[in-house]
Amino acid sequence: MAAAALVLANSAMAADTGQAFTLKNGMKVIVKEDHRAPTVAHMVWYRIGSMDEVDGTSGVAHALEHMMFKGTKTLKPGEFSQRVAALGGRENAFTSKDYTAYFQQIEKSRLAKVMALEADRMQNLVFDKAEFEKEIRVVMEERRWRTEDQAMGLVHEALNATAFVAHPYRRPVVGWMDDLQHMTVQDAKNWHDRWYAPNNATLVVTGDVDAKAVFALAERHFGKIPAKALPVTKPQQEPPQRGVKRVTVKAPAENPYVVLAFKVPALRDVEKDNDSHALDVLAAVLDGYDNARLGARLVRSERVANSVGAGYSGTARGPVLFVLDGTPAQGVTTQDLEKRLRAEVERIAREGVSQEELERVKVQLVAGQIYKRDSVFGQAMEIGSIEMSGLSYTQIDRIIEKLRGVTAQQVQDVAAKYFGDDNLTVATLVPLPISEKKAAPPTGMRH
Amino acid sequence: MKRILLVLLTIVVLPQARAALDIQSWNLPNGARVLFVENHSIPILDVSVEFDAGARRDPAAKAGLAALTNQMLAHGIAASQGGNGQMTEPALSEAQISDALADTAAQHGGSAGVDRAGVTLRTLSSPRERDAALLLIARMLAQPSFPEDILNRDKARAIAAIKEALTKPEAIVGKAFMRTLYGSHPYALEATEASVGAITHDDLVAFHRSHYLADHAVVAMIGDISRDQADAIARQLTMRLPASAPGSSLPALPRVEPIAATEERIPHPASQAHILTGAPALARGDPDYFSLVVGNYVLGGGGFVSRLTREVREKRGLSYSVYSYFNPLAQEGPFQVGLQTKKDQTDQALQVVRQTIAAFLRDGPTEQELKAAKDNLIGGFPLRIDNNRKILDNIAAIGFYRLPLDYLNTWTANVAKVSTSDIRGAFKRKIAPERMATVIVGVEK
Repeated sequence: MAAAALVLANSAMAADTGQAFTLKNGMKVIVKEDHRAPTVAHMVWYRIGSMDEVDGTSGVAHALEHMMFKGTKTLKPGEFSQRVAALGGRENAFTSKDYTAYFQQIEKSRLAKVMALEADRMQNLVFDKAEFEKEIRVVMEERRWRTEDQAMGLVHEALNATAFVAHPYRRPVVGWMDDLQHMTVQDAKNWHDRWYAPNNATLVVTGDVDAKAVFALAERHFGKIPAKALPVTKPQQEPPQRGVKRVTVKAPAENPYVVLAFKVPALRDVEKDNDSHALDVLAAVLDGYDNARLGARLVRSERVANSVGAGYSGTARGPVLFVLDGTPAQGVTTQDLEKRLRAEVERIAREGVSQEELERVKVQLVAGQIYKRDSVFGQAMEIGSIEMSGLSYTQIDRIIEKLRGVTAQQVQDVAAKYFGDDNLTVATLVPLPISEKKAAPPTGMRH
Repeated sequence: MKRILLVLLTIVVLPQARAALDIQSWNLPNGARVLFVENHSIPILDVSVEFDAGARRDPAAKAGLAALTNQMLAHGIAASQGGNGQMTEPALSEAQISDALADTAAQHGGSAGVDRAGVTLRTLSSPRERDAALLLIARMLAQPSFPEDILNRDKARAIAAIKEALTKPEAIVGKAFMRTLYGSHPYALEATEASVGAITHDDLVAFHRSHYLADHAVVAMIGDISRDQADAIARQLTMRLPASAPGSSLPALPRVEPIAATEERIPHPASQAHILTGAPALARGDPDYFSLVVGNYVLGGGGFVSRLTREVREKRGLSYSVYSYFNPLAQEGPFQVGLQTKKDQTDQALQVVRQTIAAFLRDGPTEQELKAAKDNLIGGFPLRIDNNRKILDNIAAIGFYRLPLDYLNTWTANVAKVSTSDIRGAFKRKIAPERMATVIVGVEK
């Protein structure tokens, strides 16, 4: 298997890793050529997200993202989308804790036109009070849809609000409902004035383009936009946790659910942060393929859960969590499942992992590098999100190499080191019946 | 004169259906149908094998059988003679199948929809990984062992998921909508605690034997292999499958009957009401297909620029998401308009939606809207086929629904031909307010 993995790695490396260029105003441009099909992914990433908000205006990063479609000095509200649509484009935007990103997918000859549109709304956005007041109602509907009426959404919101007390990751990206109800058009405008600048943005273009031509286009469209002096934000580091934290959420649902979040190291230095790489491999050993440990034991063999999961992503601007979660099987309590999930990590801490499991996980990693090349958009997403975390897109392949170098001993060591009580937060869903009588005849399986 | 000139110019600058997609198709001696696109740009292979084995083939009292049969394919393989009759192939457990797939880095998926069911595979094209993964897929399609014990476990999990869905407004509304649209037609079938509870090992064996048949198989492939290799792979994937009994075929399904206008309101404690309105409308291969696709772009398909989004979201801030679409199936699949809104806005939002639909049915799109729709659909066509995954989805549908092999290569030309009166006529034939059902979940009690 080791030999096969080596061969695969070589063919993965044959792909272009991308080229970067920085405009005089500080805007970074990253281009990855991929000539398989005549299409392009065009993304502008701003390194500004909900973690940069302050109390009382939570959700403003996301509300501003909505306002970016509401007109500029030369475009009427909605005209941005009409123009992209007329170019045959697909578009959207998304806001996270760490960043806000805008994208279009287009046939390659339309690149210059969507670039002009993005450059326009970086500097010429207008803020109409009436438009804002309609749009903030849309945002509140989005919050109801994603969070208020979703048991899982409420549990994860409560988890973050409990795990973090000082760090802004405690606030939901969409914002608290009360903050949305009191948000003003001026809040949104202030956000754009402060943070939307070329020196806070990264342009990522992947697909059937010539990198030099894209740099020239970027210079033409974004090069004239002046840089801004960006405000300095306080670090707001999370103080050490001193014992287990627990939170319970009651919401309409049938099955209970439990999620355990351990505070663990993030990936800040690809060469030195070997614990982060080992945690990544640990997550894959637990839940990286169909027959990985958690599912094999807790769902398939012992049947104490209907579903289980493990997750870790070390790339973030702020502190990161290693998450274990699951829905217990009938007759099993969330307390039991919590113990069983932790017991699987403890088993690794005690007994280690097999060479076979380790190889299996690494083969997936290497193949994933090849499979990802099927999607030009996925490659742009990967580049943008790693850049926003503070690492460089040039380290993507190096991270894979480091992961492949992780030993069974390192996995065992991190399993022993980071999964005690003191850094743990547990959130539990207590299901509430929706009525005494069922509202409708039973519904079907989701296909 | 000027106007005519503009029209000609518009036609000239439309992107041509560039680099036509070359779909090769042939039938195997066992009756399996093969569709293949050769593409060596990355060293991977994507495969799907599908059958007329979707939920519409469920027995009414055992709804969920098609999905469970499909899911259980990967949970045990019986021992057998090799395909060439010489060597014996060992039985494989669920864990052995998963580990073997993981060792080749293959990504396997099951799929059980309304009409079709089957498996998909993404594998590296290097022979060692590819051959190992394909052999597993070929065996799981033909030799599932359906272990009783695992069946009981998966039934329990399915029932837990069914009960969970019963608490979710989006799931409740979807199921109630299909029941109202399809009545006693199998498209209305829904798996329940009782129907899944009633399913036995023998049911799975019988369903598998009568639906996973070589002469019903549609094998779609795209990737880094030659035509000869594709042929050999298709043979390998289907050679273990049984053939239909001579002269037999699957039972004909009842007609989809038109519905009357109805409105159902179901209480739910959620803060938003979930609303669906629509009707059975469009079968695959219908001559109105392109008129409806282009027209629906204007009405509710075109993301941020559709009439529904403009009226409901942009002008009034009533919903985050509002859309319409046609889901073409083997028989008349649903036309569906959906949205969610704060409960006390339900009637207002519903009125706006109904007025928007009524105005569209009465007047159709404007010439300007038609042009905008064509600009987007034609200009964006390359995005529909710009990776292996998307191409596989397209050719699998072409194969299963017997669409013309040049379906993709004539797609933009067919869109370009549609006129405003075509759209008006097509919508009038398929949709009428007096034949639309509405379901609202989340009304106050």
